[in-house]
Amino acid sequence: MRATAWTALGNEAAEEAVSMDTTIREILADSGWLAVDVATLSVEDDLYAAGLTSHGSVNLMLALEERFDIEFPEQLLRRRTFESIAAIREAVSSLRAGIAGA
Amino acid sequence: MNPLPQRAREVGGQVAARHADAVDRDARFPAEAFAALADARLLGAMVPRDFGGEGATLADIAAVCHELAQHCPSTGMIYAMHQIQVACLVQHGQQSAWHRTLLERLAAEQLLLASATTEAGIGGDVRSSSCAVEASGGRFRLEKNASVISYGEAADGILVTARRTPDSPASDQVIVAVLKDDCRLEPTIGWDTLGMRGTCSMGYRLTAEAGTEQILPLPYADISARTMLPATHILWASMWLGIATDAVGRARAFVRSEARKKPGSTPPGALRLAEATTLLNQMRAGIVGAVRQYEEALDDADRLTSMGFAVAMNTLKVGAAQTLVRIVEQALLVCGLNGYRNDSEYSVARHLRDAHSAPLMISNDRILGNTANLLLVHKDTMGLFG
Repeated sequence: MRATAWTALGNEAAEEAVSMDTTIREILADSGWLAVDVATLSVEDDLYAAGLTSHGSVNLMLALEERFDIEFPEQLLRRRTFESIAAIREAVSSLRAGIAGA
Repeated sequence: MNPLPQRAREVGGQVAARHADAVDRDARFPAEAFAALADARLLGAMVPRDFGGEGATLADIAAVCHELAQHCPSTGMIYAMHQIQVACLVQHGQQSAWHRTLLERLAAEQLLLASATTEAGIGGDVRSSSCAVEASGGRFRLEKNASVISYGEAADGILVTARRTPDSPASDQVIVAVLKDDCRLEPTIGWDTLGMRGTCSMGYRLTAEAGTEQILPLPYADISARTMLPATHILWASMWLGIATDAVGRARAFVRSEARKKPGSTPPGALRLAEATTLLNQMRAGIVGAVRQYEEALDDADRLTSMGFAVAMNTLKVGAAQTLVRIVEQALLVCGLNGYRNDSEYSVARHLRDAHSAPLMISNDRILGNTANLLLVHKDTMGLFG
């Protein structure tokens, strides 16, 4: 029973991650901040190498805050937080989890 | 060896000061001062002891910039720009064998380094490149239409930014150290300017061919945020403080001589001198605060690349540049025509000309625009003491 429950939770988390990746990709695709087609990037690819500038990352942050109804705290406002789709997903998830737990 | 500030004072007072007028008049490289700086082993002072240097900190070097600029601002500025390149190598070159050897040479031979970060057609944005590193078989070729390479012809090596590959976007840059023998410089634009005339910040078409091991391993975006940006703003501001200090010193001497002529009455310029001194102390406090923030963040890449840190360094630069101009203007009002003359002991004419370069070097408006963008998301969570 326990094993099944864990598996179910794992699937749910995995599905949520995929859906969040899709939303992040949509935001990146709409923005024009990247120099390449976002569809060609893996979740681990370096967004800065794909053309994301610091100016672009500020606007990306604002778009993420609006879309996910979150606010990035000062300690997350650094280059590494936005370096890949996976890194963004991790930051957004942790913030949403924080909100849910509050 | 004597402490750094003492050696800097000797070079500044005994050598740089003596040639400052000729350097300014002829817009020539301060060769005498740099020979003396090399003799005093001040060029390679920041190189760690393991590589034959003194392991001086950025604060030590800031104090040297402040000292030199009181005597010859062009010397102070060139020294600052050289040390910004050294700081990048000290912080980010130690993992690479080629750069470790370069660090040893910096200390042993007291080499002078310049930089080629701006590029024609890019519009002053150093975080974008049009030129690219073209690598093949362990060698690379690089051609850059550099709108400014300060003291390029006097330098032993140049740190050049470029796109990582010919296919990379403009913002995906690397920085590469090329030595004199690796590159050719064809002058494109001269340097006949209002002030800072000795920096010889001419434009060149730079062509370099060298080994790919000369490319610094870390992306330029990180090197810029973690070292080049803070080192630039801290050392420039310290050097500007030197110009302001000397201008206020001249205003003070003028007020004192007036006071001696009429004992018992305070000269009219005394009040403005007090105002200028207030600004000078604010400027100094801003620099000291920024140095402290840098030192606290030094070993923490996350803090150095945080928005709060970038905002702090940006505002240091904008504030110091604005304040410098105001201080020198106040000093001019205090000294009156004696300050306006080129040939008076109270002259602040060169100070005024040099000071006006400060808001233009990496334009204050560009930095304010960048800061305004960061403020859309940045939150100020700092306490009084950080």
